[in-house]
Amino acid sequence: MGQAIAFYTLAALILGFAVLVITAKSAVHSILFLVADFLFVAGMYVLLGAQFLAVIQVVVYAGGIMVLYLFVVMLVNLKRPPEAHQDRRRRGRLGLLFSLVVFAELALIAVYKVASPASLVPPSAPMGPNNVEQVGWLLYTDYLIPFEVASMLLLVAMIGAIVLARREA
Amino acid sequence: MIDLLVLPLIKIVFVLTGVLVTVMYLVLLERKVQAWVQVRLGPMRVGPHGVLQPIADVLKLFIKEDITPVRADKWVYTLAPIIVLVPALIAFAVIPFGPEVSLFGKPVPLYLTDLNIGVLYVVAVASIGIYGIILAGWSSNSKYPLLGGLRSSAQLISYELAVSMTLVAVILASGSLSMVRIVEAQRENGVWFAFVQPLSLFIYFVGGLAETNRAPFDLPEAESELVAGFHTEYSGMRFALFFLAEYANMIVVSAIATTLFFGGWLQPFPNVAALKFLGFVPGWIWFVLKTFVLLYLFLWIRATLPRYRYDQLMRLGWKVLIPLALANILVVAAVKVALTR
Amino acid sequence: MTPITPAHYLILSAALFSIGVIGVMLRRNIIVIFMSIELMLNAVNINLVAFSSQVQNAVGQVFAIFVICVAAAEAAVGLGIILAFYRNKETVNIDEMSLMRW
Repeated sequence: MGQAIAFYTLAALILGFAVLVITAKSAVHSILFLVADFLFVAGMYVLLGAQFLAVIQVVVYAGGIMVLYLFVVMLVNLKRPPEAHQDRRRRGRLGLLFSLVVFAELALIAVYKVASPASLVPPSAPMGPNNVEQVGWLLYTDYLIPFEVASMLLLVAMIGAIVLARREA
Repeated sequence: MIDLLVLPLIKIVFVLTGVLVTVMYLVLLERKVQAWVQVRLGPMRVGPHGVLQPIADVLKLFIKEDITPVRADKWVYTLAPIIVLVPALIAFAVIPFGPEVSLFGKPVPLYLTDLNIGVLYVVAVASIGIYGIILAGWSSNSKYPLLGGLRSSAQLISYELAVSMTLVAVILASGSLSMVRIVEAQRENGVWFAFVQPLSLFIYFVGGLAETNRAPFDLPEAESELVAGFHTEYSGMRFALFFLAEYANMIVVSAIATTLFFGGWLQPFPNVAALKFLGFVPGWIWFVLKTFVLLYLFLWIRATLPRYRYDQLMRLGWKVLIPLALANILVVAAVKVALTR
Repeated sequence: MTPITPAHYLILSAALFSIGVIGVMLRRNIIVIFMSIELMLNAVNINLVAFSSQVQNAVGQVFAIFVICVAAAEAAVGLGIILAFYRNKETVNIDEMSLMRW
């Protein structure tokens, strides 16, 4: 019962803030709404029993990546709003239609999965208090190679970002 | 029902009141300690020896006029102090003030909650606090706050890395992310982590100084530089929130250092038979005492050391502390593997 | 009240994903487009964690951690590109980023 209330509240907040992200006029407001969104998604992860992932989401996504976005937005602060130019070749309503088609397709898959009698979908239950140990165990035994490759990827991305954004002195 | 709702609410009220009163008197203590170091007396007029000075300060800040700069982004301008203050306060949710005591017949743990990811929660909360500073600088729509805000937040992000790495070293030594479990590990080992990993303590403390924008790393907000940095345009109650947040952050850093390195609520010298009478002192008094020693260290350093220039500050964070913290993790991990063989 | 099944999480994630797609299609500020891509990645993560909770195996969460890693790398490089482009052309409107178009 409590889980249902928590889920619907968090889901409403997540979707509401997501809509605000894509419709806010100022880029800084979009960023703030996205940060709030990430915090609510982290709450959703806690509801699903993935506490480690929830904290990683807050530290890395909301506390690292979005700070990066905020810095860039402040550095490209323009005098005229970027939406002033209306390009003739844009088909805005067609884009909206395609997105709604994507949503309908995904929702249909989800509903079909539930409605077909062969799949017994048990309720989502959280997984136990030693979530960190489970994730750590998997990361260091079965998925060690992707872990190391991910660290290489981050190193390469760091070097790339520095080279790209460097001012030619 | 009582355990789920009433008891946590009472604890929250206690902790918040305690923190806010401590912050107010920490401001007075700082002024007094700085004054005594500089061979003068500090606030003496309001109340005996200036004891009522915080109340006068709070009153003044309350009745000041609330100014919002022209063309400042009103919502973000109002939100920024809140974003800085709230993480500083909610970090107290995982700090263990004492072991389980029995109050009115029920066993009551003297901490708000024992998260299985307690240490990471504190890191997460600290990284949210950075937004308030950037937004305060940006939304004031003025040059000095913007520069101060960007500098301050860049400093915070840089030192957050070194601090997180030293926390990893402590987690390695204790085997758990839960704060209560870390204190228990120090009790089982019989020695506090400050003596086992002094380098971790040093890096954590220096990083904590930088994270809270305290001297000698207070370039982004010192009055003589950048005209008070990111909170230039703030006055009255909003400035009071920034002030509160800075001192609350100091208390959080000291409380976490106490928990992770100095044994939290444990008594010193538990093995010495001659000092057995120390066991009668309740755990939370030890916690408060140790935290205050660390807070005094903050004030002492501010009165003693000159300020770092910004490029020296960033060089220290990236080129000195982070490699040291990485080497520290390696050494701690190697020693732990060697000892478990 | 029906218990919360993974299907609920799937529909939430589908809705979040399509909001991200709408953001990519309709907005012209390239930074907002990047943020809509982050929304889509989050939708995928919610999906992964919901299934991980259903199967009671932490592999889904490990995958989600890797998704977050890749998103961080992509955001860093992407923002570097945006900064470099801004220095040359003074704009973040993707309709004006048409140097190589006809």
